Amino acid sequence: MVHFTSEEKAAVASLWAKVNVEAVGGESLARLLIVYPWTQRFFDSFGNLHSESAIMGNPKVKAHGKKVLNSFGNAIKHMDDLKGTFADLSELHCDKLHVDPENFRLLGNMILIVLATHFSKEFTPQMQATWQKLTNAMANALAHKYH
Amino acid sequence: MVHFTAEEKAAITGLWAKVNVEEAGGEALGRLLVVYPWTQRFFDSFGNLSSASAIMGNPKVKAHGKKVLTSFGEAIKNLDNLKGAFAKLSELHCDKLHVDPENFRLLGNVIVIILATHFGREFTPDVQAAWQKLVSGVATALAHKYH
Repeated sequence: MVHFTSEEKAAVASLWAKVNVEAVGGESLARLLIVYPWTQRFFDSFGNLHSESAIMGNPKVKAHGKKVLNSFGNAIKHMDDLKGTFADLSELHCDKLHVDPENFRLLGNMILIVLATHFSKEFTPQMQATWQKLTNAMANALAHKYH
Repeated sequence: MVHFTAEEKAAITGLWAKVNVEEAGGEALGRLLVVYPWTQRFFDSFGNLSSASAIMGNPKVKAHGKKVLTSFGEAIKNLDNLKGAFAKLSELHCDKLHVDPENFRLLGNVIVIILATHFGREFTPDVQAAWQKLVSGVATALAHKYH
């Protein structure tokens, strides 16, 4: 089980408090769809995903990105039990959505990049290390119920 | 062989022209050593790597980071032949340095994050996609001569 020190938890919480979940969520999902275009296959019902601007402006992408990042925020309140927190979502992504868990790592990387663009120098090496650990742990937790 | 469109080449060279190679190189290598601490094993002779601030301020880290990113810059002039451009370095990293090629992908991700922190909004999804493709192509080229 992943263990987070109190410094790591404080670092995550302090940055998270300043995150606009709607904006960062929408942008993270959009960047995933743009940078790794095969991920679009999970979002057939989202309409126009034909270009960078179409994807960035797509209201379904924004809404779903916000939903995903809200779930992320919930997990941040339960950093000592990510596997438990994500158990139901893990089953959903395996049994119903059939998402390859590698995509969770890719989305984690997109979230880091969006945080980097938003927070710039404040996204220090230590901050990056802590958030990388968090997104890795979340990806593992989301993959935990796969069979 | 990786093929870059004219737009992708423009996105890469356009951003590269504004990069301070010395500063970005040092920061990239520094962040690699902080975020993925096992990579420190390749740099025993570098002295004090005991904390994030020690690593980021270490002159050998900065110097070597500059060397690595300068080499990256050479590759950007040879986008149509990355494997050729990196052939000798690939042999070196396999035969002499014994570096697991997975670490090239990690360094590539760190470079993308640094560009994100430096360029903010200018690091658009399309620019990110071009750079993601580049660092992936460089990592593959550096692993190409491994045996």
